[in-house]
Amino acid sequence: MLYFAKSHEWANLNEDGTATIGISDYAQNELGDLVFVNLPEVGDELSSGEVFADVESVKAVSDVYSPISGTVEEINENLLDNPALINESAYDAWFVRVSNATLPDGLMTKEEYEHYLATL
Amino acid sequence: MGSYVPSTQSQRQEMLKALDINSYDELYCDVPESVKLKDLLDLPKGKSELEVVRDMTAIAEKNVLFRTILRGAGAYDHYIPAIVKSIPQKEEFLTAYTPYQAEMSQGILQSIFEYQTMIAELTGMDIANASVYDGASAAAEALAMCRDRKRSVSLISLSSHPDAVKTMETYCFASNNQLKTISCKGGRTDISILESLLTDDVSAVYVQQPNFFGIFEDIDAIAQCVHKAGAMLIVGCNPIALAIMKTPSQCGADIVVGEGQPLGMPIAFGGPYLGFMATTAKNMRKLPGRIVGQTVDHDGNTAYVLTLQAREQHIRREKASSNICSNQALCALTAAVYMSTMGADGMKQAAEQSMSKAHYLQRELCKLPNVELRYEQPYFDEFLLDMPKIDQILSSLERKGILGGLPFDDGVLWCVTEKVGKDMLDLVVATCKEVLQA
Amino acid sequence: MKLIFEHSVDGRQCSILPTCDVELTPMPDIMKRTVPPRLPELSEIDVTRHYTALCKRAHGVNCGFYPLGSCTMKYNPRVDEEIAALPQFTGIHPLAPLYSVKGCLEVLELSKKYLCSITGMDDMTLQPAAGAHGEFTGLLLIKSYHVARGDFKRTKIIVPDSAHGTNPASAAMCGFSIVSVPSNDEGCVDLDALKSVLDYEVAGLMLTNPNTVGIFDKNILEITDLVHQFGGLVYYDGANLNAIMGVVRPGDMGFDVIHINLHKTFSTPHGGGGPGSGPVGCKEFLKGFLPSCAISNASTSLQVKSFYGNFLVIIKALSYIMTLGAQGVREASQNAVLNANYLMHCLKGTFTPAYNRTCMHEFVLGLDSFKEQTGVTALDVAKSLIDEGMHPPTMYFPLIVHEALMFEPTETESKETLDEAAEILKTLYRRAFDDAESMKTAPHCAAISRPDEVLAARQPVLKYDF
Repeated sequence: MLYFAKSHEWANLNEDGTATIGISDYAQNELGDLVFVNLPEVGDELSSGEVFADVESVKAVSDVYSPISGTVEEINENLLDNPALINESAYDAWFVRVSNATLPDGLMTKEEYEHYLATL
Repeated sequence: MGSYVPSTQSQRQEMLKALDINSYDELYCDVPESVKLKDLLDLPKGKSELEVVRDMTAIAEKNVLFRTILRGAGAYDHYIPAIVKSIPQKEEFLTAYTPYQAEMSQGILQSIFEYQTMIAELTGMDIANASVYDGASAAAEALAMCRDRKRSVSLISLSSHPDAVKTMETYCFASNNQLKTISCKGGRTDISILESLLTDDVSAVYVQQPNFFGIFEDIDAIAQCVHKAGAMLIVGCNPIALAIMKTPSQCGADIVVGEGQPLGMPIAFGGPYLGFMATTAKNMRKLPGRIVGQTVDHDGNTAYVLTLQAREQHIRREKASSNICSNQALCALTAAVYMSTMGADGMKQAAEQSMSKAHYLQRELCKLPNVELRYEQPYFDEFLLDMPKIDQILSSLERKGILGGLPFDDGVLWCVTEKVGKDMLDLVVATCKEVLQA
Repeated sequence: MKLIFEHSVDGRQCSILPTCDVELTPMPDIMKRTVPPRLPELSEIDVTRHYTALCKRAHGVNCGFYPLGSCTMKYNPRVDEEIAALPQFTGIHPLAPLYSVKGCLEVLELSKKYLCSITGMDDMTLQPAAGAHGEFTGLLLIKSYHVARGDFKRTKIIVPDSAHGTNPASAAMCGFSIVSVPSNDEGCVDLDALKSVLDYEVAGLMLTNPNTVGIFDKNILEITDLVHQFGGLVYYDGANLNAIMGVVRPGDMGFDVIHINLHKTFSTPHGGGGPGSGPVGCKEFLKGFLPSCAISNASTSLQVKSFYGNFLVIIKALSYIMTLGAQGVREASQNAVLNANYLMHCLKGTFTPAYNRTCMHEFVLGLDSFKEQTGVTALDVAKSLIDEGMHPPTMYFPLIVHEALMFEPTETESKETLDEAAEILKTLYRRAFDDAESMKTAPHCAAISRPDEVLAARQPVLKYDF
């Protein structure tokens, strides 16, 4: 199940309590060609609303906020070698996989998020 | 009064009129009256070019220019080929700013790309940056590269140059990070003390090669224990020695920095010099400062640009690992011209001759009564001697136009470069002998 | 064009050194370099032709108008180069005995004295090598001052949102946290916003005045006073000192610490990115914290680089000040301000200034609405200027102005040059409405067309692949 935060990150929640996190297609489009991504380390605790990564374009660097809380189990090393994957397919390009995922209030479903984007 | 304002008085009036104002004062309408200067600044009257040349030459002549310099300690009097002095004076290089507009700055960008390649070759490392202020600040910047959330303590060897030690201490004081010093034994870093200090919060260890006393450190052994403890090794190198010395990369260094002054820059009372920095590909994005990369232009032609800029202060602001936003471009250019002119073979000759002449002088001086090499260790082109009558010896040499070694820690730290001929070294020995026998 | 390595021919070399006249001392085997560095093998004519070709692909102040805002690209007097190249300066060892370096010490003392006089400071260090290095040093004085007083809770530095990126980066290097204050509609410090962030944890405020949009903040006395009331110190970023020399002094406006860029205000050449020099001045009560050199003075507490500073750069600045004198220094600033206002005036009816009022030595155009009308961006205008032989102004800075182009003509440009530049800009303005496409693909006549920066950053190639 895909959830979105107002800061344009998504979390994909699995039944076993793990989740993957990435940025939305809208976000990657706004940021332009990404050239690098800084990811947290395995074992790091993420809390919702806090910065856990950043992405670099040629002329900007943007913080990425975690939409959920949890413990980092795995980072997507492919993104380190090829950040363009985020531009190519934002919903496949997960940044981290976390366990013990907890969702805060106020996340949006895909439909709600699309609705929200229309208001921007 | 000298002036570089080209507009004539009548043109200035025209311009003021166009702005519909009568005086310069109206341009400064936002400056509070209470602090506006009522009088001229307390400065001498302006002078013509000829007068300034005369006055500045008179000041310069108050210095004593020694024809032979046997003092190093961070400033090395190597021979500078004529071409190395003239090329950086070309005005397109001299009067340009940082190459922000790549289309208009390919010459400067390419020269930096070539410099980066040469530094990578010299140190044996994967990549180098476009340079920083000098060797001491390069060492301090390197310490900052190594810190992470779990490791923040820096260890630095006291066999390093005192200025580098103090600069690293200052940078660590600034960023509230702990720094510990490793003491020396027999003129080299005491490895057993290093081992005892290598706790799991140590991020980096800094050693100098050859060290401040000219002595070669056992970098292989140091690298082994540093890496065993999970820390990074930073080696500060003399670039001339690198022409003939096992590369720090081969010894296992993670970052190599150094004072690039010996690569064609005059000693010039301490500056401007050149800080070089090189590291492994893995640390690429941690490297501070400007970096030039190769790419293609819109039409597919090879082009050079400032790259990996998201590391830097103008984008990352307070999250940048360093505030540096310039390099010593003209000094880097000088170093590149020097390395191109000398070639690997010429640099090898400069290094071998410096080393051989230093050993010749040391052997000859040590034949004199009560003159001894303090540390019996392999060294490059500097050595610390214990000798009597230091003041008289140095004064006698100075009267003959020779700047002797540096008085340091009750001894004398001598340095010889390829510039000094055997005749001169023999004169130095004879002079010392005279004083000691008197 | 070829890289220098591609000109290399095995066995070719320059003849520079004589043969060694003492017995060779070999490097101990264990210390020997096994593979020589792959430096190019060239004759002198190869070297000189290569670099001459490179310099044809570069642009300096001596080549043409260079109104790069915030960088003060003024003429670099040739005589200053000649003076700095005197062997009695270049050949002096930094650790030579004091009696033999009297001339060098006089250069340092005179430079400090004159720079203190121009800025209204009591003492100065010439050690920092650049502006950002000066910021770091100046903030260290502020930190040391609070620490020495036992006031350890001063952990914050206030920086306006219009500041250069180096300000927050320097503050972070000094272990401070950064509090950003917004600017008001005139691009100046918003006093209410400042008041709301001031407390007893503030170590200091960093400010440049004139500010980064080229406007003199008329509330400056109130600003410095407010910070002092809370026990904080005020830092003057000397980036824009070229506007006010001989007119008003940072020391009299209430600033406690300053840095100066000799490579901007005092006309020493930028050298394609350095070496510069960033002296730091301070008021009497901070003197004790100024850095010095450990190897010549063991009791040094702070040091930011080796020895005493970029000495040869300092010589050039001193010669420049001696040439101009009290009157000439003021004349330089006044004409820098006049030139900027005149150029801004000439552009009336075309590009719009971001702040429509008297500026100091530089002004900012905001191309927001121009972009909406034409689709041509500030970047496109900048790149089109290259085809006209003019170096573009600073782009996209300060961050508070959208589609910003920042012009700083400096005092060493003549009225004719300014008129010509204005004509070029007007032509480009009109072209944007007729032929936007040609501007979006500019430059057309430069050494290269627009480079692919995304490729450069995604797949970094940082050295020659042998």
